[in-house]
Amino acid sequence: MNYSCNRYELKCNECGKRYGNQPLSACPDCIAPLEIVYDLEAVRGIFTRENIAAGPASIWRYSALLPIPDGFQPDLPVGFTPLVRAKNLGKRIGANNLYIKNDAVCFPTLSFKDRVVSVALANAQKFGFTTVGCSSTGNLANSVAAQAARLGIKATILVPADLEPAKILNTLVYGARLVRIDGNYDHVNRLCTLIADEYSWGFVNVNLRPYYAEGSKSVGYEIAEQLGWKLPDNVVVPMAGGSLIRKIRKAFRELVYLGLVEDKPVRFFGAQATGCSPISTAVKEGTEDIVPQRPNTIARSLAIGNPADGPAAAKMIREDGGWAEDVSDVEIVSGIQELAETEGIFTETAGGVTTAVTARLYAQGRISPDQITVTCITGNGLKTTDALAASYQHIDARAVRPRLADFDAYLKELDGTTESELAAVGA
Amino acid sequence: MSVKVFLPAAFTRHTDGRKNFDSAAANLPGLLADIDQSFPALSTQIKDENGKLRRFINIYINDEDIRFLGGETYAFQDGDEIMLIPSIAGGCC
Repeated sequence: MNYSCNRYELKCNECGKRYGNQPLSACPDCIAPLEIVYDLEAVRGIFTRENIAAGPASIWRYSALLPIPDGFQPDLPVGFTPLVRAKNLGKRIGANNLYIKNDAVCFPTLSFKDRVVSVALANAQKFGFTTVGCSSTGNLANSVAAQAARLGIKATILVPADLEPAKILNTLVYGARLVRIDGNYDHVNRLCTLIADEYSWGFVNVNLRPYYAEGSKSVGYEIAEQLGWKLPDNVVVPMAGGSLIRKIRKAFRELVYLGLVEDKPVRFFGAQATGCSPISTAVKEGTEDIVPQRPNTIARSLAIGNPADGPAAAKMIREDGGWAEDVSDVEIVSGIQELAETEGIFTETAGGVTTAVTARLYAQGRISPDQITVTCITGNGLKTTDALAASYQHIDARAVRPRLADFDAYLKELDGTTESELAAVGA
Repeated sequence: MSVKVFLPAAFTRHTDGRKNFDSAAANLPGLLADIDQSFPALSTQIKDENGKLRRFINIYINDEDIRFLGGETYAFQDGDEIMLIPSIAGGCC
């Protein structure tokens, strides 16, 4: 169950040993996570602005620097989501050059997970797996179920029992086998490592993890390309396991190395919920030692109390002069509302975390108003509507009689005013 | 008093394929000393050059991370199931 490829292969982060291409996530010698390394010289001349521009409007335009087996024919137009200027939100929080990378509209399942899953499943097929699985806080479950259905691969998905009902439904609809585990995400993840030993399944975030994680780099390529082949000054990224933030940096460094963008210092800012903040705590304390936490937050998609990429993420953030912050559940809900009210983007709780942390970083003066800053929104609000249930009593508002006078009276009642909006006809 | 220690496949190449073994250790340092004796090759795999447990290894007592139970000071209870697992990344981002 392996294949050879001269463009990329597995390498141990700690001891440097290389392992070719096989379903393996930890170095057999020193147990450290494996990562994909590329022969960047082999793609020089191929990975160019012109070739990328001529490619499809999806992550596949960057295939030369993704671990995609030769001959793989991409099927789904995943990624290449909008990078939108956020003038209204910027005005509210004191930012003049703020952009939103909007993966709330990623295809096919409305989260950035579609990127990583498409890369993982390309490799699952190459390795010959007929069943794939994952441990998930929801978005990953949705994406694995959908993309496995499309590819005709069986999917078995494990989730913590307290997951939002919408995310469970959004997985079941694709015909996936779903198992709710009586525990939190860390319990589910641990069980998956044991299952991966005993069943010959491709677990996208266990034995396929090095391939899967590389899909995140596409966020970095897209940001640079959509800024006109420039790097931003700052990037604000939500952190659960701590993987995405590092992969965006990796993408930027590759672009610099290959001459697609000019080198410049980029600072990375991590966002967590206070109810599960092992990485931001480590950053604030100036250490790489992650002290695990028992998650207690509405941002369930970020609720990983024992993040494996946490030490590396904390180290990287500090080295590049960035910072990490965490926000309360109340601030998370306000963040969701603020992004929706100002930019018309409805994000899930993780996006509320990122938005609220972005606002705080400006308030603290850690980010200057004129710097080019990109905030990464990774998921869609339609999946976590429960989080807002208590915020809008209007959901149960009384119905108004279908009469003009009643309607006018009702508007006054709603706005608490005595003035009518009724315009005198012909006035 | 005895506890049962479970190992994932990543560690069994140094235990002759055994996935579990019994130990009379009273706590984590005792267990690591026990592994030094019984499975010296496993010992070098799970500890770094300074003799400390590698940071990518998590230890669970029954269903709980040992760090929530006091870490090295936790006194093993008779019948505890102890699991050594490489930490793996996951989750949203």
